[in-house]
Amino acid sequence: MDFSNFLILRDELSLVFLILCLLMFDLFASASGRRLFQPVACVLLLLQILFTAFFSGDSAEAFGGMYTTSPLATMVKIFMSIGTLLVFLFSKTWIENDHEIAKGEYYYLTLSTLLGMYFMISSGHFLLFFIGIELAAIPLACLVAFDKHKPASAEAGAKFILNAAFASGISLFGISLLYGGCGTLYFTDMAAVLNPANLLQTAGMIFFATGLFFKMSLVPYHSWTADVYQGAPANVGAYLSVVSKMAAAVSLFLIFVKVFGAMAQNWKPIFYALIVLSITIANLFAIKQKDIKRFLAYSSISQAGYVVLGVITATAQGLTGLIYYLFVYMLANLAAFGIAAIVERQSGDARISGYNGLYKTNPKLSVLMMFALFSLAGIPPFAGFFSKFFIFAAAIQEGWYILVLIALLNTVISLYYYLLIVRAMFITPNDNPLPAFKSDTASRIAMTVCFIGIVLAGLASCIYNRIGMISDSSFNAPVAAIHVEEIQVNTALPADTVSDAFSGASQLHEVQN
Amino acid sequence: MEPIISMEYYLIVSSIMFFAGIYGFITRRNLIAILISIELVLTSTDINFAVFNRFLFPHQLEGMFFSLFSIGVSAAETAVAIAIIINIYRNIKNVEVRNIKKLKD
Repeated sequence: MDFSNFLILRDELSLVFLILCLLMFDLFASASGRRLFQPVACVLLLLQILFTAFFSGDSAEAFGGMYTTSPLATMVKIFMSIGTLLVFLFSKTWIENDHEIAKGEYYYLTLSTLLGMYFMISSGHFLLFFIGIELAAIPLACLVAFDKHKPASAEAGAKFILNAAFASGISLFGISLLYGGCGTLYFTDMAAVLNPANLLQTAGMIFFATGLFFKMSLVPYHSWTADVYQGAPANVGAYLSVVSKMAAAVSLFLIFVKVFGAMAQNWKPIFYALIVLSITIANLFAIKQKDIKRFLAYSSISQAGYVVLGVITATAQGLTGLIYYLFVYMLANLAAFGIAAIVERQSGDARISGYNGLYKTNPKLSVLMMFALFSLAGIPPFAGFFSKFFIFAAAIQEGWYILVLIALLNTVISLYYYLLIVRAMFITPNDNPLPAFKSDTASRIAMTVCFIGIVLAGLASCIYNRIGMISDSSFNAPVAAIHVEEIQVNTALPADTVSDAFSGASQLHEVQN
Repeated sequence: MEPIISMEYYLIVSSIMFFAGIYGFITRRNLIAILISIELVLTSTDINFAVFNRFLFPHQLEGMFFSLFSIGVSAAETAVAIAIIINIYRNIKNVEVRNIKKLKD
């Protein structure tokens, strides 16, 4: 048997190896060694990121097309790992003080969800995609309920797992209808047999989309978001809002453009409605929030609406805009969530009024928070402006004028509620603001990285150009249509049993004839 | 041998299960009952996969494999959900939805 196929999975294998290392470390390290858990986890994850970045290969597929990888997938995986690393850096104080015994679990549960997201991005078959989305959801529910002595955390965990299971059930029903309508579940084979006039396939596609819409928390599927972000530990909320959304958004683009591309006339109106609803309704709700984490939850719902703007274009430029948007959003949102976590820890209170007069006592923290919020709102010198600009430009190119106009108007509304917090920090007087404090070294490293990213990611055009180059080449790559037939021919397996396990469009045509 | 019961009847059963699961998810007032409703939804998809595989594409096993995996995954999901529900019970001594109202606008 040839094991060289496994080397194509090097991103995932390195992550599995990392998880096993941490498990062994948790098991065998002495008490003084366990105190170094957070630095060890961060350094190992950094090594994994470097490994992925330097040993990235060309496009390839393994296991008969079940698993596919490309420079684009590797790039998105690196971004997701960087996001996870920043979350780890921010969570030192929380995890060491509240969960001394269970701190190992936090790291490998988080990395397990990351592994699931890797598989979501790299899947070439609905089965692998489904397993990836579940691997990303189930440990995440454990993380949301991690503060197990707090009723709020347990409640958030229950809301998350029940909603996630329900959404994945509906999504699975959609996959079963797609299987009935197409006879195959390979992405490339399915793209060849989809027909926009087929009602069974259309119903399957719409049911299937539920799972991804839920993960991205677009508006009809958003009701869990605010509760879960509020109840979950702040760092888990940050992870949910950034890394999880990044995986869902990129796979939404890849699946809907590459697989359901033929059915664009069916799904584009749905996406149109979702974008308008997400951006508008989330903005209106964000204005009246009193709790900083609920506020950030609604802000992230409306940001997800802008991200889908990149999907609806279905062009290489849209893909570039989407990934760049997610990267910039990651830095700004992690900074905002990280500061929310630090301030909540200091004051024991997550209300926005707790930020009154923060600038007087903690000027650096306030300035970084202001930069992050300005970047989320899209004010010019910061990266958020450029990411919004590129995604709007991609949509304009495709002629979505009204949609971009609605999005632009909503940017103005969002500016209002982001400025409410800036006003609280800088202008609103407060007799006894939160006293000056010093956060731990790891958090300060993470905040510095976010700060540099927010300021430079927009001005350094090389980042956008690099993303653009990779996504162009990946988008225009010829799709290896019906590769399963080739495999059946090449490997010369006995035709009766084994090749039946691989589906083939040829068999499908036989059945249809 | 040709199957005696035609495909439509299986699909009717699975659709009834699916929509009963959705109805239950929305109307039940107990976390365990909600979880049972979700299980109905997941099981209906297993029937769908098996039926489509058996009747439409009998020369392959993709649908059967998929239902095997989905059974495994839904078991894992249920285990985690039960653990979280037990944790809620430890915290508030109750699993009724109306008592779970700490997080709201």
